[in-house]
Amino acid sequence: MPAVSKGDGMRGLAVFISDIRNCKSKEAEIKRINKELANIRSKFKGDKALDGYSKKKYVCKLLFIFLLGHDIDFGHMEAVNLLSSNKYTEKQIGYLFISVLVNSNSELIRLINNAIKNDLSSRNPTFMCLSLHCIANVGSREMAEAFAGEIPRILVAGDTMDSVKQSAALCLLRLYKASPDLVLMGEWTSRVVHLLNDQHMGVVTAAISLITCLSSKNPDEFKTCVSLAVSRLSRIVSSASTDLQDYTYYFVPAPWLSCKLLRLLQCYPPPEDGAVKGRLVECLETILNKAQEPPKSKKVQHSNAKNAILFEAISLIIHYDSEPNLLVRACNQLGQFLQHRETNLRYLALESMCTLASSEFSHEAVKTHIETVINALKTERDVSVRQRAADLLYAMCDRSNAKQIVAEMLSYLETADYSIREEMVLKVAILAEKYAVDYSWYVDTILNLIRIAGDYVSEEVWYRVIQIVINRDDVQGYAAKTVFEALQAPACHENMVKVGGYILGEFGNLIAGDPRSSPLVQFNLLHSKFHLCSVPTRALLLSAYIKFINLFPETKATIQEVLRSDSQIRNSDVELQQRAVEYLKLSSIASTDVLATVLEEMPPFPERESSILAKLKKKKGPGAVSVELEDGKERGELNGGGDRGGDAAIAASNASTPSPSADLLGLRSSAPVSGAAPSAGSLLVDVFSEAGPAASSAGVNDDGFLSSAPPSAASEDPAPPLPESDELLNKFVCKNNGVLFENQLLQIGIKSEYRQNLGRMYLFYGNKTSVQFVSFSTTVSCPGELQSQLNVQTKTVEPLVEGGAQVQQVINIECLTDFIDAPLLNIKFRYGGALQNISLKLPVTINKFFQPTEMAAADFFQRWKQLSQPQQEAQKIFKASHGMDTEVLKAKLLGLGTALLENVDPNPENYVCAGVIQTKAQQVGCLLRLEPNAQAQMYRLTLRSSKDTVSQRVCDLLAEQF
Amino acid sequence: MIGGLFIYNHKGEVLISRVYRDDIGRNAVDAFRVNVIHARQQVRSPVTNIARTSFFHVKRSNIWLAAVTKQNVNAAMVFEFLYKMCDVMTAYFGKISEENIKNNFVLIYELLDEILDFGYPQNSETGALKTFITQTGIKSQHHSKEEQSQITSQVTGQIGWRREGIKYRRNELFLDVLESVNLLMSPQGQVLSAHVSGRVVMKSYLSGMPECKFGMNDKIVIDKQGKGGATEEAAGKSDLGGSGGGGGGGKQSIAIDDCTFHQCVRLSKFDAERSISFIPPDGECELMRYRTTKDIILPFRVIPLVREVGRTKLEVKVVIKSNFKPSLLAQKIEVRIPTPLNTSGVQVICMKGKAKYKASENAIVWKIKRMAGMKESQISAEIELLPTNDKKKWARPPISMNFEVPFAPSGLKVRYLKVFEPKLNYSDHDVIKWVRYIGRSGIYETRC
Repeated sequence: MPAVSKGDGMRGLAVFISDIRNCKSKEAEIKRINKELANIRSKFKGDKALDGYSKKKYVCKLLFIFLLGHDIDFGHMEAVNLLSSNKYTEKQIGYLFISVLVNSNSELIRLINNAIKNDLSSRNPTFMCLSLHCIANVGSREMAEAFAGEIPRILVAGDTMDSVKQSAALCLLRLYKASPDLVLMGEWTSRVVHLLNDQHMGVVTAAISLITCLSSKNPDEFKTCVSLAVSRLSRIVSSASTDLQDYTYYFVPAPWLSCKLLRLLQCYPPPEDGAVKGRLVECLETILNKAQEPPKSKKVQHSNAKNAILFEAISLIIHYDSEPNLLVRACNQLGQFLQHRETNLRYLALESMCTLASSEFSHEAVKTHIETVINALKTERDVSVRQRAADLLYAMCDRSNAKQIVAEMLSYLETADYSIREEMVLKVAILAEKYAVDYSWYVDTILNLIRIAGDYVSEEVWYRVIQIVINRDDVQGYAAKTVFEALQAPACHENMVKVGGYILGEFGNLIAGDPRSSPLVQFNLLHSKFHLCSVPTRALLLSAYIKFINLFPETKATIQEVLRSDSQIRNSDVELQQRAVEYLKLSSIASTDVLATVLEEMPPFPERESSILAKLKKKKGPGAVSVELEDGKERGELNGGGDRGGDAAIAASNASTPSPSADLLGLRSSAPVSGAAPSAGSLLVDVFSEAGPAASSAGVNDDGFLSSAPPSAASEDPAPPLPESDELLNKFVCKNNGVLFENQLLQIGIKSEYRQNLGRMYLFYGNKTSVQFVSFSTTVSCPGELQSQLNVQTKTVEPLVEGGAQVQQVINIECLTDFIDAPLLNIKFRYGGALQNISLKLPVTINKFFQPTEMAAADFFQRWKQLSQPQQEAQKIFKASHGMDTEVLKAKLLGLGTALLENVDPNPENYVCAGVIQTKAQQVGCLLRLEPNAQAQMYRLTLRSSKDTVSQRVCDLLAEQF
Repeated sequence: MIGGLFIYNHKGEVLISRVYRDDIGRNAVDAFRVNVIHARQQVRSPVTNIARTSFFHVKRSNIWLAAVTKQNVNAAMVFEFLYKMCDVMTAYFGKISEENIKNNFVLIYELLDEILDFGYPQNSETGALKTFITQTGIKSQHHSKEEQSQITSQVTGQIGWRREGIKYRRNELFLDVLESVNLLMSPQGQVLSAHVSGRVVMKSYLSGMPECKFGMNDKIVIDKQGKGGATEEAAGKSDLGGSGGGGGGGKQSIAIDDCTFHQCVRLSKFDAERSISFIPPDGECELMRYRTTKDIILPFRVIPLVREVGRTKLEVKVVIKSNFKPSLLAQKIEVRIPTPLNTSGVQVICMKGKAKYKASENAIVWKIKRMAGMKESQISAEIELLPTNDKKKWARPPISMNFEVPFAPSGLKVRYLKVFEPKLNYSDHDVIKWVRYIGRSGIYETRC
């Protein structure tokens, strides 16, 4: 309280405060306060009016009591009275009380607003400032409603004092932040922007905060501020420090203003005007130059102010990301700071460099500091600085230095702080994967990671190793060898055991030739870890054992012995017990062939976003930003292996991989039971009748034709496919010729023929009107994955279609591999000036590439049995939507392209078909069984093929037909 | 199993800190200070749980005593111990104040060593403690071997609270029945809750190892004896009757809800025969503590009358009636009438005693020195109020009262107290016995 000078001091207040301070206990304090409150109440109640001084004194006491944490429920009226006083001190106390204690009491608010209004129009600068401060301090909606219109006027009025302008700008900022909808700048915008040219530096500083806030909300309206800000900045930067008198802080000219200007510029892209841009670049260069000059003062304030401007300038340079020269200079400057003895500077330098590393211009420059950063990671005292160093290393990593950085991070991990270990582990895992040139290095790195920091290696990391090992043939043998060696260590981390179990179970055969790692040695090694592991790991190991039985029949006896032991077969954990029982049965009952089929090697995993990356993104922290930036880059680099996997199988294994039981077999755990049971059942008993639907339902994208439509725009973009196009498509599953589409203007007929994996389609576009179609064009596109699955070539058509005429278009189709979606046909033409835009699906479905196969009953059943894996089967039970006429059904099945096999099924009602789907990549044998139930009007459709996606797709297609 | 014991001054500075068990860390001291003494909200519960550690505290003027434990202890035991600790300290150096504690801290540590072993309370009998923990260190050096062994055998023996060979020329015995009566009454005069908690305090100056027997008008005992011989009762009455007898009369026996005894009372005998027999410690002791809830004689009746006249004025009229024998005199009567928080002025008129508005306590305090039974007195006050912004209504806290009356509001009477000393040459008749009844107000409130 500056106003309470000696002559004006309130003695009563001072005495009261010292009384309170001297109180020994809380009770004593409360007593003293109660007494004082009673005194004030009696004074306020008293008949004779109080003079301004005592009123001020008592209001002050009330304020003090309130700030001590007691409730005050009176005295507001007296405070409001003080507002109308002419004495500064009384007015000030009144405003203070109002700012601290005001609540939305309707009558008082009106009085207060009235008093504020009077002060605002009083032309006395001190009173105006006081009232502006009060408005800003309260900042309520009521205040904004009352004064949002008035304040901008004061702000830009020519005759307002500078100090009032400052207050007005900050007050307006506060109101804008509190209720932006009430503060409408409209007409004042340009005049507010011109405050940047104000003579008074304080006004500029206050105004720029307001402008920055406003322009971040609606940048377009305040665009003009850029050039003004640049010129202001250049005036400050190039001025000698003495020019600005009061606003020079330890020899730095107006540091706060400079920082704010630079921050304002960060709201906008680089200025387009060459002159302005040149001036700005000049400023930034000057700032960078000044950083090199020897300091003018040894005081810390001097360097702080200077560095604040510098860092703000660097973030502007990074924000523009268009001046290679400046970026490199900034990088070099930061490089100097990396070795500065001030910890805060080092921290800031590392942080800024992290963003610099993501810019293509400065990435190389950042890389030159790698040694310093590594050193910082090792020697920094402060954990937050080390964290930044780790982030920076991550950001600057690329193919050239990946090995070095990963090695350094690994070695640091051994001593790293616990708080950042998990993040470090994720980063190492990502870098190793992203920049892996040879996969043996990758496997080494991750295994090392598990060895060093096993506790912090999350599930995602080791899942990822396994995915990669399974997808890459070349690394499997090496991986098996490495995990085998790693498991030799007397104490390994559980995650290591998991990886080891999985990989040896899959690829143990690759190293079984060496007598040092013979099957039995491998098994004993794994089993030696078994008892130290948790339940999920044990479950995984059991699955590995059953795989061993398949891989190495000679271990069968040993493993069965283990499975049979009470500790497994009577384990208290249900999962373990079930596995032991089932695996034991499976190994003793099933023939080697069945065993081989059931325990086949895992199919490759589909390409998806690295789960580790997803995890790192989830973890908050500045590292995440740079991760996102590089996400795009990363996709292409890693695992170029491509989409080898089919969907359904993968979905099934997807589902099982992250599950706690980490099922190796890709089966539900009930599967081995049903697999073991049918020793002598009828031939067509569905071996996996239970597991089948589950597996398929896990993997089905219900409607393969779900269009991934391009965004619907009225203009030249292709329109989204018509809603009925799926229906149209279904019409053509079992027939090759017909009318594809018809409306008032256009009719499209279709004629197609298929041989092997090739097809030719004739499209006939008929103009039904008498007016010609102008700029007629058609395009066939393969959305998404389809591009790699189908090869479609079209011949262009005449751009003019006369009224009543018909044009023909030939489309050649080559099936590369099996597919789900249908290619899109987009037709565009102008009819009477209006643009017509039609999108359809071309009736190209997988079954078109069927080649019928005749076979005898015995043959059929043998093949049927061979295709007994659950993901190979697709089954649907559905209601008949058309009649169940035998001849119609037969015609449809023949139209499908398969051969209808007579006298195969024991039940003559049923239909059995066989065919081979011809694609360029492979041939997929396909068996079909349709069981109509005339009473229930239901069908059961079962499809088996050597490829899961095919079964699923054909089943879906066919189900719509009956 | 008390883990540790801390004593703080009003600022939260630790004066005494004694840790008995390893599970209590040093940070427990600070935890209590931060969470209880310096808590933003006043902590009302005497038991506070902080991070699985329980703190039991009592406050004596400005001094906090806190017992700490991590185990699930009997809270009543801990508080009993804390009260005993206070009694012991008072007996050694008078009032418990910061200065006294600082001056006697060696003594306090010595006491703490003796009365708690590994967190288990041991002997807390002041008389016994004083024989071997003395305030002047020199004296203990003059103890002879025999004296020391005598102390050991006494402290570890069966009757740890009394040593042998005590001799008095005059065998005297003082018995005080101290009761505090608690009441909550509705404005209409309906009793919402009432109970009496009482203590029987004994001061004995008896020679040898006397065997005492104490009798009172406990309902169970009376009923039992009503069938058997009534002779003993008559004898007791002739001995001690007379001085008691407040207002109630008529009722011969009272129902005691629960009672606790000093360790000298033979509990097995009490359980079997309901007779209270004991060898008393020399000097003062609290023989028993009890509580009754039925048929309480309420010494005073408070009739409040509060009238709100507009928003700025309140008229209060309170009448008190004394409800006991006219021959008895109540003393130290104080009626406390709370005033609203926005009181700006008070005018009081009372016929008897003195009344004053105490702003610091937000109450009118009316004091009367003496008042006979079956009388009534009246006070009326005009309270001026200041209009406030809050629409909150005044909560109207109850009117409370303090007093002291020379009878037991529970109706308890001492029927006899017999002393037998077979070895020495004095009989029951030779002992001079004094009995006194004092009834005080506990929380005696009437809503208005």
